[in-house]
Amino acid sequence: MSNSNLPNYLEYKGKYKGLLGWIFSTDHKRIGLLYLYSVMTFFIVGALLGLLMKFELIAPGKTIMEAKSYNAIFTLHGITMIFLIVIPGIPAILGNFFLPIMIGAKDVFYPKLNLISWWLYILGAVVALSSQFMHGASPDTGWTFYAPYSFRTQSNVLPALIGAFILGFSSILTGINFIVTMHRLRAPGMKWLKMPLFPWSLYGTAWIQVLATPIIGITLLMVVAERVLNIGFFDPALGGDPVLYQHLFWIYSHPAVYIMILPSMGVISEVIPTFARKEIFGYNAVVISTLLIAFVGYFVWGHHMFTAGMSETSLFAFSFLTFLVAIPSAIKTFNWLATLYKGSIILKTPMYWAVSFLFIFMIGGLSGMVLGSLAANVHLHDTAFVVAHFHFIVFGGVGFGFFAGIHYWFPKIFGRMYDASWADTGWLIFFIGFLTLYAPMFYLGITGMPRRYYDYVPEFHPANIISSFGAFIMIAGLAIIIINLIRSAKKGPKAEESPWGGKTLEWTVSSPPIVENFEEIPEIK
Amino acid sequence: MVETKKHKIVSYKTYGIILIALIILTFISVFVTRIDLSNLSIVVALSIAGIKSLLVFSFFMHLLYDKKMYSLMVAGVLLVMTLVLIVTFLDYSYL
Repeated sequence: MSNSNLPNYLEYKGKYKGLLGWIFSTDHKRIGLLYLYSVMTFFIVGALLGLLMKFELIAPGKTIMEAKSYNAIFTLHGITMIFLIVIPGIPAILGNFFLPIMIGAKDVFYPKLNLISWWLYILGAVVALSSQFMHGASPDTGWTFYAPYSFRTQSNVLPALIGAFILGFSSILTGINFIVTMHRLRAPGMKWLKMPLFPWSLYGTAWIQVLATPIIGITLLMVVAERVLNIGFFDPALGGDPVLYQHLFWIYSHPAVYIMILPSMGVISEVIPTFARKEIFGYNAVVISTLLIAFVGYFVWGHHMFTAGMSETSLFAFSFLTFLVAIPSAIKTFNWLATLYKGSIILKTPMYWAVSFLFIFMIGGLSGMVLGSLAANVHLHDTAFVVAHFHFIVFGGVGFGFFAGIHYWFPKIFGRMYDASWADTGWLIFFIGFLTLYAPMFYLGITGMPRRYYDYVPEFHPANIISSFGAFIMIAGLAIIIINLIRSAKKGPKAEESPWGGKTLEWTVSSPPIVENFEEIPEIK
Repeated sequence: MVETKKHKIVSYKTYGIILIALIILTFISVFVTRIDLSNLSIVVALSIAGIKSLLVFSFFMHLLYDKKMYSLMVAGVLLVMTLVLIVTFLDYSYL
């Protein structure tokens, strides 16, 4: 089914030429790459901001910045990483590129809406980041914009709030597009339970994007109204309730963690069977667990608020549900392990990322159970332990899944292979750096170091030194990975149709794919 | 898997009746605020709003004439939102 005699999407000359041919293209593959370039640009900025924080924390007291600058930097790091990188991340980049191909479609159902989503993403990013360049101080609320501080601080919170609001629309439109695409454009014969697991993960994610994102949108607007019009939604002095803000914020922001992690799990569900030379163990169980995570994940948000002042009934309910949501995640993990069992395992770069994902994700998940238990949470709330858990899940889970995916599908996207030895070296350095950076934070949290402080008592110094060095190692690994990929996209040897022996539809089309993916829509038997 | 199916054309008369029903319900929701229903006032207000939404979903958004699958999807969404509301307000006493 090779289509190599037709122009591929990279060479295709449409209505516009050059850059315009990209930023006005409605081809899902070009839009996927637009997201790739924009997200990676923001990612480098976010990573460097994180590095600055680790520089500051390498020694007690002021090292390179004042407390206020530290507050502004962790806020910008959080807003950038969450709203601009991990939430759009895998669905917008790999999902856009591969969803239509994997279900045998020529494009998403609404190509123009898809392009609008990217434009809204850029607009939201510009508005959010403009807060750094306006007159007045940079936002210092943290990415959570907690009330009442978010409407009392004199910093530029408004553009950040409005930017996040716009970014929400981008997310919703992508979600709607993916749901409709999967309902309407599956190739003939591709029944729901024949659909690959990556599209399934995008399906679960899309529902969360559509259902949960409006809640954060309206909540952020309520904070704007509170700041500008002095309406008392959350201010106790005006009859409002700050705990209500936390509820509304986390009703979105906890499911948002599943917007981040579910697609990553989908990538892992594609990579492991390919490199274990086996079909996924328990396909139906993985599909059901995806939908269960998406559903149960809606009802666990209160575990972010155990110390905020809730009734015992709520505390019990949220803790119980938190433990419950771990079950479908564990089902997936056991299925991946069972797929590896007696498989003919080939260790290539994507597989290194996938296997290390399992390791990191299990640490992240199990530390989440520690935080989900009420008694432990009182001790660990707002400590470095939470930061460690969060980064193991969000950076470890999403980051390792993303890099697994980009190394897996790179030959298909660019039609070229990357240098495997540099890619493996980058992975190893990144992996060592990641563990050195975040593992000490578990210890720091248990011993009582609070998060979001630029200073600490001398007892915390040794572990902070290790952690900061871990950041330097990790950034070195990241630089190797990114440089290798950029270089290989231009100069790598040409890739064949299916360099890894993958069985899903994207491996039946040419590398890179033609404009509309297939000459004829494939029929699935 | 794109299927082509003729859309049902709903008559102007039906739309007109629904519009009038929505306006009447809006007046009712304003009117009930004058009656002291104590703690039940929120329940009544939300119930009237719920009926209005149902009319809009069914007629203006054509759910009544479309595949049952879409009604199920909307029902699923409403179920999630209802549960989220209930859980949020566990700690807030209105009744």
